[in-house]
Amino acid sequence: MDFNFTEEQDMVRDGLSRMVREQYGAEERRQLIATDAGWSREVWSQLAELGILGMSFSEEDGGFGGGAIDSMVVMEEFGKGLVVEPYVPTVVCAGGFLKHAGTAAQKEEHIGGIVSGERVFAFAYAEPRGRYDLANLETSAKKDGGDYVLNGHKAVVIGAPWASHLVVTARTSGEQTDKQGISVFIVDKSAEGVTTRDYATVDGRRASEVYFENVRLPADALIGEEGNAFPLIERVTDEAIAAQCAEACGAMKVAHAMTLEYAKQRKQFGVPIASFQVLQHRMVDMYTEYECSVSMTYLATLRLEKEERERKQAVSAAKVRVGQAAHHIGEEAIQIHGGNGMTDEYAIGHYFKRLTIFDSEFGNIDHHMKRHIALASG
Amino acid sequence: MNLEFTPEENAFREEVRAFIEENHPKHLEGMGNREDMSPEDMTAWHKILGKKGWSAPAWPVEYGGTGWDATQRYIWSEENARVGTFMPLPFGVSMVGPVIYTFGNEEQKKQHLPGILSGEEWWCQGYSEPGAGSDLASLKTTAVRDGDHYVINGQKTWTTLAQHADWGFFLCRTDPDAAKPQEGISFILVDMKTPGVEVKPIKLIDGGYEVNETWLTDVRVPVENLVGEENKGWTYAKFLLAHERSGIAGVARSKRGVEKLREIAAAETLEGKPLIEDFDFARKVSQLEIDLAALEITELRTLAGEQAGKGPGPESSILKIKGTEIQQRLTELTLEAVGSYGTPMYGSIADHGSNEYQIGPDYAQHSAATYFNMRKTSIYGGSNEIQRNIITKMILGL
Repeated sequence: MDFNFTEEQDMVRDGLSRMVREQYGAEERRQLIATDAGWSREVWSQLAELGILGMSFSEEDGGFGGGAIDSMVVMEEFGKGLVVEPYVPTVVCAGGFLKHAGTAAQKEEHIGGIVSGERVFAFAYAEPRGRYDLANLETSAKKDGGDYVLNGHKAVVIGAPWASHLVVTARTSGEQTDKQGISVFIVDKSAEGVTTRDYATVDGRRASEVYFENVRLPADALIGEEGNAFPLIERVTDEAIAAQCAEACGAMKVAHAMTLEYAKQRKQFGVPIASFQVLQHRMVDMYTEYECSVSMTYLATLRLEKEERERKQAVSAAKVRVGQAAHHIGEEAIQIHGGNGMTDEYAIGHYFKRLTIFDSEFGNIDHHMKRHIALASG
Repeated sequence: MNLEFTPEENAFREEVRAFIEENHPKHLEGMGNREDMSPEDMTAWHKILGKKGWSAPAWPVEYGGTGWDATQRYIWSEENARVGTFMPLPFGVSMVGPVIYTFGNEEQKKQHLPGILSGEEWWCQGYSEPGAGSDLASLKTTAVRDGDHYVINGQKTWTTLAQHADWGFFLCRTDPDAAKPQEGISFILVDMKTPGVEVKPIKLIDGGYEVNETWLTDVRVPVENLVGEENKGWTYAKFLLAHERSGIAGVARSKRGVEKLREIAAAETLEGKPLIEDFDFARKVSQLEIDLAALEITELRTLAGEQAGKGPGPESSILKIKGTEIQQRLTELTLEAVGSYGTPMYGSIADHGSNEYQIGPDYAQHSAATYFNMRKTSIYGGSNEIQRNIITKMILGL
């Protein structure tokens, strides 16, 4: 058992932490997310230069030989600065599919571009009627000669406005909720028949509704085995959850620290409100929730390579626990900030919003509680 | 970073598991309820471990510890929980022992450490008083120097299992004029057979007699029984409390407890199906399991920190709060799981003569009493509110 990070990981954390502090302050972020693009290509290029985008790929795939622990380190720092750039969709999700199931040609085609920052992905898996069920798919990909023809509508695809490529889950056979008959494709967003409606999200990011109308995909757009992609989708989604738990931990840590600082400054009844025991104990409980979340994030991350059941159990447990903590810390932070917490001007509200939306990504508390129960009894 | 055990650690697990299987008395397996246990039962495993040299794994080797690292100690507690052993009581091994080897003199070490290790010397804790609970520093029991003796007068309370104790460690006020209440307190060892020591059992809400009032009337104690310096007892008391808290999470026991809860919920039925298949109940069990997983990793992180040279710090307060909340929740869900058979009072059957007949299933027998009893956990060892005060001060820096 070992809870130490490697020297490289410590270095990456320090470098990233400095970059986020210096370039991603609350005011810079506010300006950035208000621009037309809503993200910074410059930041993305810097991440590539720092080697952040290539960390979690193996050396033979063109990366630097790291893995999920590296993504955890990165995402925790992203969480501290509420960084919007699409590390999870591009590196963890698209990167994950390529690492686990990509052919040599597919890796060659895409990983270099991810590592260099030139190729940006979004992961189009959710559908308007599917809620959190990854297998509930109306999007279809029908074989037509050597090609596939893709039709459907993907919902709230995070980062899609910034992406050049999409990873899309689609049904190649079977009924709407079957776990069999699901396949994964890489789709060039500029392909004919792909349209998007782009919008801002409440937590400062950008997303799209993505529509596919008779989009012709060549056979080599398929990643992994046709019809048998569901376990792969679950695996990559679990990896994304672990990374986002780390992001939530970073955001919770800052939200707690900001709240503590505010309570020390803010005076009422002639004294700092931090001197009130009723608020002290609430801030202690926030701290405890944060510590438990860090523990669960470690657990999920370190179980990603275990056999399926153990991995899923740990990831669902983490998603439940961190989701609960995220709501708790976000709401308490606003309450202790009082009226100022309600203003757009104070940074805390932005942390609250990100921590709120965290729960509904890749399955919320109820969804993962159900999965945890099913795994415990099965 | 990893959560794996090394081959050496797995071999260690095999070794201690085999030892427990061969040496732990079978009739004591799973005995968690002190009500059913004689004093001999309560010290049986301690004495076996004492002979093996394993009764105080966390102690420095020079004083009789095993030299196991934090991971090995964790494995040790897991293996004990698996069988449900009754571990050595904390008052000697976890509380006064570390105070004596850290702050005591050579004579005190020689006199007491062997008996604490072997289980022959039974200790109790004289901290709380009727007027000094969370505000422990307001304690009033006095020790007045009279030649080669201290003369102790006062009343202690909640002295756990003092009715069996050979020795007690008492916090007494030796300087009533100190500037701060914490500064006039001394840490004194008292032979419980000394004239003037009187122990009166207190009946608790679970029906048991676990704790006592301890009255001290003109108790003459040799000055050699003072630990460390006079009026420095508060420092030793705090040191002891941090040690007490670090083992208090009870993760391994709670893990075993959740397994038992699942067994009970599989045996109970609701609307013709096992209770555990009821979504509402299953959800509560899963939530408990998830909270326990978070506690477990948090404890392992703390242990890793201790291994790296940090002593038990304020993080142990988090372990105390979360650990006791989970222990309580476990007994609450167990009581809920047994349904109506949580109601009969154990041992109260009026059917004249037969003592074999019991009401309800085995697993229901102590469910209510245990639930009632476990409310103590968020009160003792520094109440969970006091733990929050500690975190406020030590971690939040307020």
